[in-house]
Amino acid sequence: MNSKQLEQSSPWILLIVTILLWQLICSAFDVSEFIFPSPLRILSQLIEFKGVIAAHAWRTFWVTMAGFGIAIVVGVLLGFVIGSSRLAYAAAYPLMTAFNALPKAAFVPILVVWFGIGIGPAILTAFLISFFPITVNIATGLATLEPELEDVLRVLGAKRWDVLVKVGLPRSMPYFFASLKVAITLAFVGTTVSEMTAANEGIGYLLISAGSAMQMGLAFAGLVVVGAMAMVMYELFSFVENHTTAWAHRGSQNH
Amino acid sequence: MSDSSQESFVSFQDVWLAYNEELLAQQQFAVEAINLEVKSGEFIALVGPSGCGKSTFMKLTTGLRRPSKGVIKVEGKEVTGPLKISGMAFQAPSLLPWRTTLDNVLLPLEIVEPYREHFKEKKAEYEHRACELLKRVGLGGYERKYPWQLSGGMQQRASICRALIHEPKMLLLDEPFGALDAFTREELWCILRDLWTEQRFNVILVTHDLRESVFLADTVYVMSKSPGRFIVRREIELPRPRDLELTYTPEFADIVHELRGHIGAIRSNTPLTT
Repeated sequence: MNSKQLEQSSPWILLIVTILLWQLICSAFDVSEFIFPSPLRILSQLIEFKGVIAAHAWRTFWVTMAGFGIAIVVGVLLGFVIGSSRLAYAAAYPLMTAFNALPKAAFVPILVVWFGIGIGPAILTAFLISFFPITVNIATGLATLEPELEDVLRVLGAKRWDVLVKVGLPRSMPYFFASLKVAITLAFVGTTVSEMTAANEGIGYLLISAGSAMQMGLAFAGLVVVGAMAMVMYELFSFVENHTTAWAHRGSQNH
Repeated sequence: MSDSSQESFVSFQDVWLAYNEELLAQQQFAVEAINLEVKSGEFIALVGPSGCGKSTFMKLTTGLRRPSKGVIKVEGKEVTGPLKISGMAFQAPSLLPWRTTLDNVLLPLEIVEPYREHFKEKKAEYEHRACELLKRVGLGGYERKYPWQLSGGMQQRASICRALIHEPKMLLLDEPFGALDAFTREELWCILRDLWTEQRFNVILVTHDLRESVFLADTVYVMSKSPGRFIVRREIELPRPRDLELTYTPEFADIVHELRGHIGAIRSNTPLTT
């Protein structure tokens, strides 16, 4: 096995080592399944309740995607506006930062009042928590345009719009894809947190009900599923990023 | 003087520029009292110590900046905004890394009229033209490569192609060869010389390489630093076509030496700069 193969398989190796260690500790100290379930126990629960978990997981997945979809649309538009005008950048940035500092879980009770229990609060929480990195990255990509590049076009009589479309947007694409990777994981957090208090379906709901029934194995199985879904989506965007904006990563990956 | 101003392509009449209102109020000007008459097809070079306002002068000429005082005319019309008849290249090639070399060169045609209007239907024709131009500067076969796959000198060639693809009447070069090694630089001098000889566009070359200015230009202007003024205008009467060998002749060396003297004089007058 050469060093490149080792690097590629390293996440899997680390995962397996962690699970083995976990299992070893649980078995060696005979930890109660009600306190801290072993990987084997989680696996058996995962298999036993696969139908239920799959249904809840599917719900969490599409709710997250809906919230994430809105976050992309709003995040890109907002980032475009903020990044393309110095005034808008100066005006909106402090407010945006303040908003981002608010814990999004605190919005859930308010959203319940407005939209009731169900998908409304979950979609909106996922959206609220994940649009910010997208906006900031698009805005940064546009606002940090090299003045020489802009001059080259402006000398030709290019309008602001030309500069944005020909240079600003393509240039901010790497920032955009990088932000999607962060945003998708945040969106899963938002959905799950919201489902814990304001839904009768979804992994968040499963976690709460399994926890209150002392079914720790099932609760951990739910966590594993959310983690896996977020991981898969992250890898997906990572793949898209590498295949659309390879020019921005040439240095680090020896393309 | 009145005769020559009739036919001049670029004319500056007592142009002053302060970068902002405050500096204007303090009478702090980046460039002062610039008077200049450039004939059509003339190659002028601007030399001076760094920070003397050479790049500011470029921005004024292209209309990217308006003067605080004075009038700038190009082709007899006062400059009030960016001119579409000019092409520009800088010390950094500033090519777009997501576009191939060919697409980078085609960029101006996607923006400047009348090419813009017909860009889609005439794309093949334009591509052919861009390929010819790339071949002229020795980049044949590199059309589909990305800028980051090219060396610094090759990127700068592509950058010059981009500045020329829309056949501008005026080419503005802001230290375009400054970051290149001596041999590549001399090679690009010759390429620029040949392109200019064929097409006779106006060139304004900003540089701090005196040999470069004397080899290429018809007229060399020496700028002083703070205030940014023209202090010397030197016509270079060396016969054309000029060959690189010329740069080793005593006549050439004398002119370079003479210009160097003016720069030296500026520096000794401003003891704060080292």
